[in-house]
Amino acid sequence: MSDDAWRLWLHGVARDQVPVAVAGIGDAPVRAVRAAGLCAYVSPAPTGVSGAGELRAHLEDPAWVARTAFEHHRVVAELAAAGPVVPAGLATVYRDDTRLAATLERYATGLTGALDRVAGRTEWGVKGYVRRGPAPEPATTAGGSGTAYLERRRAELTAREHRHDDAVRDADAVHAALARRADAAHLHAPQDRRLTGEPEVMVLNGAYLVQDAQAEAFAAAVRTLGATYPGITLRLTGPWPPYSFVPSIGTPEPDPAHPAGGGLAHAGGAP
Amino acid sequence: MSEPAYSREIALVDLLDRVLSTGVVVAGDVTIAIADVDLVRVSLRALVSSVSSVSSVSPISPDPVLPAGPDGTP
Repeated sequence: MSDDAWRLWLHGVARDQVPVAVAGIGDAPVRAVRAAGLCAYVSPAPTGVSGAGELRAHLEDPAWVARTAFEHHRVVAELAAAGPVVPAGLATVYRDDTRLAATLERYATGLTGALDRVAGRTEWGVKGYVRRGPAPEPATTAGGSGTAYLERRRAELTAREHRHDDAVRDADAVHAALARRADAAHLHAPQDRRLTGEPEVMVLNGAYLVQDAQAEAFAAAVRTLGATYPGITLRLTGPWPPYSFVPSIGTPEPDPAHPAGGGLAHAGGAP
Repeated sequence: MSEPAYSREIALVDLLDRVLSTGVVVAGDVTIAIADVDLVRVSLRALVSSVSSVSSVSPISPDPVLPAGPDGTP
């Protein structure tokens, strides 16, 4: 391993140092790095991420990604249970404590602001699927003409298109209603059906940052909206650490040609 | 079907939406952004279905249970 290997894997940044009972990446212990009044939680980066090519190779290995994502998440979840946290994205790695501390100093304002925004709030996910239609009538081959079959098939396809259009329209209304109940909202791209394993198409993949005191009311609103909008089936996921509502920590250095980029630009409020 | 099923499970794809939500994988202090992230995401999304769900973990739950990893999933 070269001297400039990435040795630290960042899980998240909080204000206070809290004990972390769960293990980090590769079941290694988690420790804290303090700077700028902030506390970064790291575990040793796994071997084999000392170069971009190696990291990319890992990221293309689904078993590695799955294991690593959950190892990362269990630390973030523990931190979120203890207090406000800015979770790091997957594979945010640093060479040493000094460089991580410098990053905390540099982005302290943005990180502190993000911690304030997520304090006392939890992320909830709401996914919406096209409501399943009635089962198609069994094909009556006996005496059924080819024309009748084609007409029935065409009617089924038309009905499916209508259900999809209805669900998309309902998804917009549901998202708007939930966003009004949240301090912040974010739309992820709907997940491919091959990944969801659901028979119906996903039309809403929303994330909502909700005050903890409003969590039950938010869940009740999801149930009510599911009953109000007949075109869509809703699923609530969470609670989640506020992954969808924090800046990405340590994004690349600003391009000299575009000095406004980089840093905490994703925060929606650069320091 | 109108009742949202409150799931105690975390699906890997939901987690990846979040931990990769910026679409940026970076080395925090050395300006190395992994290029072609979109391609990585595409290949991931085509492949993670085999490990798309693992058992429960909750940031609020007092005793989160995590699998050792996809190899340890039942």
